[in-house]
Amino acid sequence: MSEIKDRGYAHPDALVSTDWVAEHLKDPHVRIVESNEDPLLYPSGHIAGAVEVDWTRDLNHPVRRDYLDREGFEKLMRRLGAGRDTTVVFYGDRNNWWATYAFWVFQLFGHDKAKVMDGGRIKWTKEGRPLTREVPSYPASDYKAPERDDKRIRAYRDQVLRHVDKHGRMIDVRSPAEYTGERLHMDEYPNEGALRGGHIPGAANIPWARAVNPDDGTFKTAEELRGLYEREAGLKAGDDVIVYCRIGERSSHTWFALTHLLGYGQVRNYDGSWTEWGNLVGVPIER
Amino acid sequence: MPDLPEKLAQTLDALALVPDRGERIQLLIDLADRFEEVPPRIAQRPFSSLNLVPACESQAYVFNEPRPDGSLDFHFAVENPQGVSAKALAVILEEALSGAPPEQVAAVPQDIIYKIFGNELSMGKSMGLLGMVGMVKDLGRKAAERRRR
Repeated sequence: MSEIKDRGYAHPDALVSTDWVAEHLKDPHVRIVESNEDPLLYPSGHIAGAVEVDWTRDLNHPVRRDYLDREGFEKLMRRLGAGRDTTVVFYGDRNNWWATYAFWVFQLFGHDKAKVMDGGRIKWTKEGRPLTREVPSYPASDYKAPERDDKRIRAYRDQVLRHVDKHGRMIDVRSPAEYTGERLHMDEYPNEGALRGGHIPGAANIPWARAVNPDDGTFKTAEELRGLYEREAGLKAGDDVIVYCRIGERSSHTWFALTHLLGYGQVRNYDGSWTEWGNLVGVPIER
Repeated sequence: MPDLPEKLAQTLDALALVPDRGERIQLLIDLADRFEEVPPRIAQRPFSSLNLVPACESQAYVFNEPRPDGSLDFHFAVENPQGVSAKALAVILEEALSGAPPEQVAAVPQDIIYKIFGNELSMGKSMGLLGMVGMVKDLGRKAAERRRR
């Protein structure tokens, strides 16, 4: 795969290579954060010095379906020993699916000193780089966060409804079977069911993982990404775009690609996604 | 419905005694560390797609070896080096269900994965782990049918 700087990205600084991370393992201004789908992975071995942000425990409100609030984010960052000036580098399993989700949540609090390690865990391990089970401990910081800003990069259902009314651009990043409504949910899976199948009218279907190279999990070049989102899905730079999936995590990956790699200025993630839309009474659905 | 296989019931009881999430995760990692791949006398690469668990991100394979009494020994392969949860589940299923009455294996509830891993599993993770239990159950059902004939 080509160097990050040679791939034509709008904001190449949003990505760092595994080499870069290896060179910054002891950089006090950098905090490496692992965020995985599988909660067993971090404790079974992680990059030396990396801390864990767990999508189920650390990013969500403990009771409501919502993200953590300002106080919760401050508490998290203090535990990680990170300040406003700390560069947070995310990486994880599943082609950085959960890493970009954590990245997106951090952006709700404006922590823009954030990057993603291109290729994530799979690339790091395929390169034979070391992992450790030693969990690091950092002195607590006095992190002060602004209030969460839900306007810029997050969409709620009423905003999505208005977006549908004005034929706004949308990307559904789920699998084709979910998009067509062929697969609704799994019988044995209690957490993410929906009563109706299909997609939000007007949404194009570009499954999230098409943005990465399957061999090493690195992001495709800007030209390849434009092929997907512009030539295939019909987006144009400058479009107001909403992305969604089932609970808003896969779509964070696409949000990252559109916002940081292609430089789109108005991309919002509808985290209610299909588990909300597919259960709402009376909203339009296309199959 | 037949009772849970005895060893599986014991395993689930033991896990229920570890309510702390961190301790339970450590226990599951210790289990995954004990994972031993299917012996070559049973199967060798490239493994047959008939043994591949559908929708499992960790590329888990399930194999079985009949015992003289008609019960089964279960074996697994997990191709994804990051498949720690799949390996932990494989060790539990292999140790708890090998030699158990096939009728009981066939009746194991698929949702034991939530008793083992907790309810906070992502959909993708659940699909793979449910699939592993489902394949083992199916092998148990077929073995039970053979014993009835």
